[in-house]
Amino acid sequence: MSSQRIHTLDVTAQNLKSNARLSLKDQQLRTNMRSAMDSLISKRLISMPDEDERENLRELGNKIKASALSQLPDLLEQLESNLTKQGIQVHWASTTEEANAIVLNIAQARNAKQVIKGKSMVSEEMAMNEHLTEHGIEALESDMGEYIIQLDNEKPTHIIMPAIHKNAQQVGKLFESRLALPYTDDVDSLIQSARSILREKFFQADIGISGVNFAVAETGTLLLVENEGNGRMSTTVPPVHIAVTGIEKVVANLQDTVPLLSLLTRSALGQGITTYVNMISAPRQPDELDGPEEVHLVLLDNGRSQAFADSELRQTLNCIRCGACMNHCPVYTRIGGQAYGTVYPGPIGKIISPHLLGLENTPDHPSASSLCGACGEVCPVKIPIPALLRRLREENVKSPKQQPQIMAGQGSRYSNKEALLWKGWQAFNTKPLLYKTGTFLATRLGQFTPSKLGAWTQNHSAPKPAKRSLHELAKKHLEKKS
Amino acid sequence: MSHLYYNAAPQETRVAKPRKAPRSYPTHKPAHIYLYGTCVVDLFFPEAGMDAIHLLEREGIQVNFPQAQSCCGQPAYTSGYTQQAKDVARSQLALLTEDWPLVVCSGSCAGMFREHYSDLFKDEPETLAQVTALAERTYELSEFLLKVCQVELTDQGEATQVALHTSCSARREMNTHLHARELLNQLTQVERLDHDHESECCGFGGTFSVRMPDISGAMVADKTQALQKSGAQQVVSADCGCLLNINGAFEKQNIPLLGQHLASFLWQRTQVKQEPNT
Amino acid sequence: MSAREKILASLRQSLEGTQPLADPFDASLVDKPWRYCPAERVTRLKELMTAVHSEVHLTRSAEWPQLLHELLTQRQINRLLTAPSTTHGQAFSAYCQIQDSSLKLLAYDRPIEEWKRELFDDVPASFTGTLAGIAATGTLVVQPSPAEPRLMSLVPPLHIALLKASQIYDNLYQAQQAWPRPMPSNLLLISGPSKTADIEQVLAYGAHGPKDLIVLLVEDA
Repeated sequence: MSSQRIHTLDVTAQNLKSNARLSLKDQQLRTNMRSAMDSLISKRLISMPDEDERENLRELGNKIKASALSQLPDLLEQLESNLTKQGIQVHWASTTEEANAIVLNIAQARNAKQVIKGKSMVSEEMAMNEHLTEHGIEALESDMGEYIIQLDNEKPTHIIMPAIHKNAQQVGKLFESRLALPYTDDVDSLIQSARSILREKFFQADIGISGVNFAVAETGTLLLVENEGNGRMSTTVPPVHIAVTGIEKVVANLQDTVPLLSLLTRSALGQGITTYVNMISAPRQPDELDGPEEVHLVLLDNGRSQAFADSELRQTLNCIRCGACMNHCPVYTRIGGQAYGTVYPGPIGKIISPHLLGLENTPDHPSASSLCGACGEVCPVKIPIPALLRRLREENVKSPKQQPQIMAGQGSRYSNKEALLWKGWQAFNTKPLLYKTGTFLATRLGQFTPSKLGAWTQNHSAPKPAKRSLHELAKKHLEKKS
Repeated sequence: MSHLYYNAAPQETRVAKPRKAPRSYPTHKPAHIYLYGTCVVDLFFPEAGMDAIHLLEREGIQVNFPQAQSCCGQPAYTSGYTQQAKDVARSQLALLTEDWPLVVCSGSCAGMFREHYSDLFKDEPETLAQVTALAERTYELSEFLLKVCQVELTDQGEATQVALHTSCSARREMNTHLHARELLNQLTQVERLDHDHESECCGFGGTFSVRMPDISGAMVADKTQALQKSGAQQVVSADCGCLLNINGAFEKQNIPLLGQHLASFLWQRTQVKQEPNT
Repeated sequence: MSAREKILASLRQSLEGTQPLADPFDASLVDKPWRYCPAERVTRLKELMTAVHSEVHLTRSAEWPQLLHELLTQRQINRLLTAPSTTHGQAFSAYCQIQDSSLKLLAYDRPIEEWKRELFDDVPASFTGTLAGIAATGTLVVQPSPAEPRLMSLVPPLHIALLKASQIYDNLYQAQQAWPRPMPSNLLLISGPSKTADIEQVLAYGAHGPKDLIVLLVEDA
């Protein structure tokens, strides 16, 4: 196991740069991540080989999400009304504290001692496990990847494959030390060990927690996607099921889930469909013999309405959490998910985390991208991630006092000095005489370029300006011709 | 990036712009063009700009080089200093008064003109019309040579193997990788070798390379190694930002390779006499 | 103000002066690329399900009970959870009686709470019907019911499902058109036995649900 494992609490989101520096030195992490991402990239492409089919579907996916967002409050009310009619209790939470209080209330009302969790990124946002544990309730992850990282006191490194940064040897050692199991790096044996431990936990659990992939307003249906069966276990075996989700997950109609599902599973893992698609529209009915007696849905805002308020930033909420942007991101591939210090890592993390945590807590996230565009190119719902990163940079370098305030933590990277520098840059590039003098001096004094130029010379030799600028050479050449 | 940009009413929920139809090209070569050198070429790769001029003149085109040109505004734009970028962009627009094609020596700068000026001036209908028209006649150099000039290159050089690096924005916004490959394919003695993770970013990203030197450094180190491992004797690119990054890293790592601008490579390969270029 | 009011008010304010975008749904994009002739439906479903570790047996109405019995015998399974009130449950139970089979048929006839331990520990296999199949993705549509409750297709290590060839739809969109409204309390798409690739992307079957899935595909039904 890496000795440089980074413990990631939200506060370390402020330390993206130093986290990244550590991660970059972890060769095991680099190798694990690179091979995993390469494989996910190729699986995706194999599953969507026809460019027209793929691109048309992405456009449809984008429009369906945009259309849903354009009537979001109405759809949320419709969803609530249908779910309520069908016996599912709907709760609303502005903040993660409120959401945790709702979950705790339900748990305490049932006198619950053990909670088993299917995979839910929103519950990670809430730090639900910590909250429940503090109140004496055991909260155990049941997704294999989540289980592994929970055992190691880590946070997910990927929203779909939480433990993708670990190899089988690392998991084997972890099981050996935490579960007192004989060491093996045989993946099947490791999975079977976890299966038998977790089966007992499903059996005992008082409450099952899950996320939601799509909430269908028209039919009042919660649609959950998974391969392992732990999602179905969590939502079926315990007497109470609590689903937690962000307010942006609602879609208008059941048929909208057809293209979205196809986009989600192919973009995420290159699967035409996941093993299970679990559609829940009601708790156990009087004539049914299993299923939870109580089903709750917690709708969480947590900064989403801030993104929603600006029509450009609103596009952030198109996200269907497939993870393709991270799989294709050269930055994410190198630093891994934990370095971001946020629940959502990678490109989507960089555009959503500033809304969840404020720019003051994620000051480097918008800048940690070369804007190469790989993410925007694969996003199944066509979120213009690079454009949104650029926009967040704008909000980040604005004066904190400038009105209107679009983002919490606006101007967290505002610096007088830097603003002045760009003003100088602007003058240099808009005043030909200044530009001419500047380039003249640079070309003539190029040999005196210092060999250390701050961050640039960390990776490069100092650049030497040419002896004559193109302006001069072209002028001479073109004058000679005419 | 902002080919996904949608110009809608302020509060309207945005949908992505529909996919662009493949670009159609003029059937005749123009008599005149504007050459946009770009700030990086101006200072660090002026010979690439001159070789672009030679290539274009050989096609019988009169090259016009507005002396007041400076920078397309991209560094400020991508750093979030939108107003500064806008002012610089406006000053460049003022220079391009004729409706001649604008040929740009660097892919990402061509992309700035083609894709992002419309974002900068979205609130100024008159300027927006102007930048939309300009975008229509803006070409990255290799695209212009291949598609508009329909250049036919005769290779005069020794057999060699090259690796091609394409800037991400040029690749995604203008298919520059395909254009450059086609041009290289015309050179009979030149074999283009693929390199590992060829489509991946070299880590430049303008100010990203100095704001995030650790991450950027890891990216460029992978890129330079991949280029070296390809076995190519030469590295070419149509984007000088990437070249500045890759060459600086080659030198720092003592890798005996030096990336060359595609214009210089093409010009040198197609010269019968090895004359000095100027 | 409650969280509900706060959230809705904020969202409404952000949309002020705008109209909902038109419903963009375009059935052709999810239907046309995934259409098959009837024979192809069977082959495609079989191929895709086999590719994800399922066993698909082509069989006929008169033959499947025997086939099912053989498959269980081969696997030395002597207890099977069935739904005696369903047509297929009755058919199989009748077959077992005639054969004087030693196979013990169990019924899910009590609320889960009354026999959870047994279901978890002592039921090696279950046999259910299906609502439909989907050729495009190699999928079974399963609608749990009082006769065949939700956990029947989940907890036993082996799940055997009966699928009629005539019930195979080309794609999810087409299958969806036939779903009951209002939606049943639970509706499932099942495309193979449970699996995970969470460790190093190495595929392992039998994660939390069934380790094996057998589909009896009845060609003449």
